[in-house]
Amino acid sequence: MQKRHFIDIAIKWLFFGAAATSVMVLLGIFGMLLFNGVKAFAHISLAEFFFSSNWNPSAYGKPSYGILAMLTSTFLVTLGAMLLAVPLGVGAATYLAQVATEKTRLILKPVIELLAAIPSVVVGFIGIVMVGPFIARVFGLSNGLTALNGAILLAVMSLPTIITVAEDAIRSVPNSFKEASYSLGANQWTTLIKVVLPAAYSGIIAAIILGMGRAIGETMTVLMATGNALAMPRGFFDPVRTMTATIAIELGEVPYGTTHYYSLFAVGALLFLISLVVNLLAENLAGRYRYKL
Amino acid sequence: MSKYTHFILISWAIFAFSCNSNHRHVENLMIKGSDTEVNLALTLAETYMATDPNISIAVTGGGSGAGIAALINGKTSIANASRPMKAEEIDLAHLQGVNPVATVLGMDAIAIVVHPQCPIQNLSLQQLGAIYRGDIQNWKDLGGADEAISLYGRQSNSGTFVYFRDSIVRAEYSTQVKQMNGTAQIVEAIKHDVQGIGYVGIGYILDKNGAQSKGVKVLAISRSAQSTAYMPTELKNIDSGLYPIVRPLFQYTNGKPTGRLQLYLKYCLSPEGQALVKQNGYFPVSEIYWQQNEQALNRKHAKATLH
Repeated sequence: MQKRHFIDIAIKWLFFGAAATSVMVLLGIFGMLLFNGVKAFAHISLAEFFFSSNWNPSAYGKPSYGILAMLTSTFLVTLGAMLLAVPLGVGAATYLAQVATEKTRLILKPVIELLAAIPSVVVGFIGIVMVGPFIARVFGLSNGLTALNGAILLAVMSLPTIITVAEDAIRSVPNSFKEASYSLGANQWTTLIKVVLPAAYSGIIAAIILGMGRAIGETMTVLMATGNALAMPRGFFDPVRTMTATIAIELGEVPYGTTHYYSLFAVGALLFLISLVVNLLAENLAGRYRYKL
Repeated sequence: MSKYTHFILISWAIFAFSCNSNHRHVENLMIKGSDTEVNLALTLAETYMATDPNISIAVTGGGSGAGIAALINGKTSIANASRPMKAEEIDLAHLQGVNPVATVLGMDAIAIVVHPQCPIQNLSLQQLGAIYRGDIQNWKDLGGADEAISLYGRQSNSGTFVYFRDSIVRAEYSTQVKQMNGTAQIVEAIKHDVQGIGYVGIGYILDKNGAQSKGVKVLAISRSAQSTAYMPTELKNIDSGLYPIVRPLFQYTNGKPTGRLQLYLKYCLSPEGQALVKQNGYFPVSEIYWQQNEQALNRKHAKATLH
């Protein structure tokens, strides 16, 4: 009896420890980013950091630390990726969950999940040698190293996440909902649009947010495929340099403890905050709709 | 239980013993830095390792900036750099107790490449600077078609990026320059971009037999608008100093190299090493740097830097 009690308590603490570790790691990383990032502002004014589009820390003349252009770049690429991936992903998830026969589903699902196994550096390479030249030809550009290239590649990379999570959400809608809809005389299309998808709304939003997180944080692919020009992008046909690419490019060369070093941590902290806000918003939104149902 | 304990103990002992006996003889050297030099450094390291079984040399790229940062942070034995260290970097190194000493490994010409369909044959240094500053934005200003110039360059951790900016552009780069993730990517991009122009180390353009790689066109460069333009693909233009964009490739060490490190650096400068330099598409060390190399490797008091 005594021994069993002890094991119970030990197991409880073990699992608590496992749960607490991830929280601690998260807090640790955020603390480290913030602690180092704040030091950058000893030499950079907040106004320059947030409102200047000129980022050139290893300049010929005076270094500059404005993140507006790369913030816009990250936003542009992510937006483009979501515009492509959300209709495709939710459509594919709906097909898999509602329309496809079991046999088709068993073939399609593993193949889609395999898409997530392609290393990002390979996707980036495909962007350079295939998607980029293709974009250049279709839109009559001299080269395809543009925000659009990054958006297409990131859309492909976030598709498995979106499809898998959205499909689970759609499948978890109780059959009784559908049966009730059919019994009222609704056809399959109406049932899907008016009943099943609204009921799975929170899960689909979560899927989109997770896919978006993948797109915002992806580094190697955009680093290779988007041209990395420092200029403020004017649209999807301009080269862009995202926040992740900037950190990846410059962290390797920067000597420890310099303003440049700390400024990269500031960019990282901001990137972290953006993901945090997006996630909180999603939770909030998803929760609201759940209660409405 | 005891059976397994014995097994584990014995295998651990064998493991520990073998590690120990290895470490007593084999010296590990780390070489990090310039992507321009990385293939050459690999060839040199592999050839040298074949002659001396007691040395293990690991070569990685990452760019001159990354190599220099690693040397300052004490994470590499040799920092390859295709540009001299900046004054701030030397100050920072001294602050960390690191005393950078340079030897020159070879000479590199930077080739200016365009798409084969580009009608331009040659450019002057002034024109080149103006193109990369963003002052000349259309090929028609250079006698080409009425098309925007699509600029390709390296990232700021590249020594070629810094060298080209400091000696050719002499101002900030245009923000329209696409910063590619390596020299090979610049070549790959130019092959597809009719309006493109890029700068690359000559080693990437010439193969072992001195033949030029296909798919890109190398431009002849002149010192001024009036003078003759020369191709970097011919050795005599580099040797005679007629081609204007030639730079030394550095190997930085912490303090005067000693022991195996010194032996390795001497090997790089030996006739055999210099033959490999040439085989990789670079050029042997110019006369003016020999004396400085001598100083770094042999004399008692090495100078902190040499340019």
